[in-house]
Amino acid sequence: MLNSLGREIPEYIEGIGKLEPFQGALAKLRKGWMDEPTIPAPNRAYLPHQSKLCKTLEEAIIRSNPHNGMTVSFHHHLRNGDILLVQTLNILHNMGIREITLASSSLNECHDPILPYLVDGTVTRIFSSGIRNQLGRAIALGVLETPVVIHSHGGRVRSIHTGKIKIDLAVIPASAADCEGNATGSHGKSAFGSIGYAVIDARYAKEVIVVTDNLVDYPCIPLSISQNFIDHVVVVDSIGDASKIATGTTRITKSPMDLRIAKLAADVIEHSGFFVPGFAFQVGAGGASLAVAKFIREKMRDKGIKGSFMLGGITSYCVDMLNDGLFETLFDVQSFDAVVSNSLLNNRRHIEIPAALYANPFNCGCITNKIDVVVLGALEIDVDFNVNVITGSEGYIRGASGGHSDTASGAKLTVVVCPSFRGRIPIIKKRVHTIVTPGETVHVLVTERGICVNPAFKELEENLRRAGLNIKDIHDLEIEVDTITGVPGPLEYTDKIVGVVEYRDGTIIDVIHQLKEK
Amino acid sequence: MKPKIAAQSGTFESSDVIFLIEPLPDNSGRKLEISSTVMQQFGASFNRIVLEMLDSYEMTDIHLIAKDKGALEPTIKARLETAIKRSLEQQEGTLK
Repeated sequence: MLNSLGREIPEYIEGIGKLEPFQGALAKLRKGWMDEPTIPAPNRAYLPHQSKLCKTLEEAIIRSNPHNGMTVSFHHHLRNGDILLVQTLNILHNMGIREITLASSSLNECHDPILPYLVDGTVTRIFSSGIRNQLGRAIALGVLETPVVIHSHGGRVRSIHTGKIKIDLAVIPASAADCEGNATGSHGKSAFGSIGYAVIDARYAKEVIVVTDNLVDYPCIPLSISQNFIDHVVVVDSIGDASKIATGTTRITKSPMDLRIAKLAADVIEHSGFFVPGFAFQVGAGGASLAVAKFIREKMRDKGIKGSFMLGGITSYCVDMLNDGLFETLFDVQSFDAVVSNSLLNNRRHIEIPAALYANPFNCGCITNKIDVVVLGALEIDVDFNVNVITGSEGYIRGASGGHSDTASGAKLTVVVCPSFRGRIPIIKKRVHTIVTPGETVHVLVTERGICVNPAFKELEENLRRAGLNIKDIHDLEIEVDTITGVPGPLEYTDKIVGVVEYRDGTIIDVIHQLKEK
Repeated sequence: MKPKIAAQSGTFESSDVIFLIEPLPDNSGRKLEISSTVMQQFGASFNRIVLEMLDSYEMTDIHLIAKDKGALEPTIKARLETAIKRSLEQQEGTLK
């Protein structure tokens, strides 16, 4: 069957179940259609002063009822410094556990060592926001029988509520924890800031192990993760490579191209009609995206505009803007550098939020619904403004859905920033390879070669034209770029589906086909 | 013509290409080693550009290595022309 964006979606996939085609960003919400929460959080019986401490991760796993076909979950707040996901799967593999469903909130290069487990049947299903590097290549080439499911950060919470992801064991690394499992990422030698993605795992997993390299006296505050959900606590020498978890401050890009795009994007925001006192703002941590914050900061100072809150992945740059009084509050679901942890711990206007509050579409209101302006990146964008942030130009899975579609759907103004081509590959396509974020939720594309406004937003286009900005029809820009780069030859795919991309409401917005190896 | 000396042009940067040329013994013909990050999408056009330019200089007994990171056509042509002229000792001044 075709979804509303014209993508062919199978009705059923073995190992995943019945698929519901995407019908529009707000179609299900408008109708009030949602899946019932089918998975109650588990009951536990713990006696007063019973010890939760285990000597090793292995002991904790043995006490957590490991079994074939189990679902194991992780959070990705340690980014590329994480070592516990690989360790946990090594232990399960050595115990002979097979057919594991891996439900990490995202996967990074540091998880490449689990590739043999995909080959030998230890891991047979994957739910994740992102997949990269060797795993992304192997999955695109068809290493798994069952397609991986790509979800957004908000969509993951929904999937856990509804039992699509049914977690048997959650392993939660924390940079500080106490003997009862109260845990946080905001202090300790391996501090990583907010632990927002893991909160839902702690709540719903049948067994929860907190792993820390910094056992503190009871109680460990703040209670980012609280003891009433934690079964076991393990103390290890290290939860990860601190140099890859979070370092120093995030610097603004020096790339002239990114700065040019960022400056244009800031001009777009200034003249959009949404740059008003009390506006809520989110930027990604990537090159051009973060650089937009630099120019917006200057414009806010010049015009004396103060914003309400910044949301999302928080960098030191956001902290600076909070401390400058340019924004009232930071809502932090994920922290990107070491300075952020400190602010999160000590500034009461810098608030740690769980993924559910950040972006779950099916609750009484997530914070992404309150965003005025969000700036997002793209691997590809097409003439219908659909955005791909998951598959690369070479056909591999090499990105993450993240909060892209969540924030785009909530924001009054969604600005996508990207160069018009990268290394001879045009970024503006007639049709993106994989849709993650639907064009109806994208208002404007900013490239170094011109600004394209989604024709559905006439007033915005008028505002920007009146300001004298270089507005181009996206079809014209697409042709212009092709003339410069040449038209790339097509990649070849088989009929086999290797990935299913969920929209935040759980409908299927696109599928990823197996790449033919050359 | 055959290269007089080993020569190179270009860089390993993204959106650029590096060409390395060295002379081969007489009657060796051409030995080409081309790699590109966009081989799948633009491999055919890259090979065509290289062959056309080697033909136009009637190059033979040449070992040519190309490592491309997505250079545009004009960049590829300029880099290759420079590498060829350097190998023929035709370049002067700062282009040498």
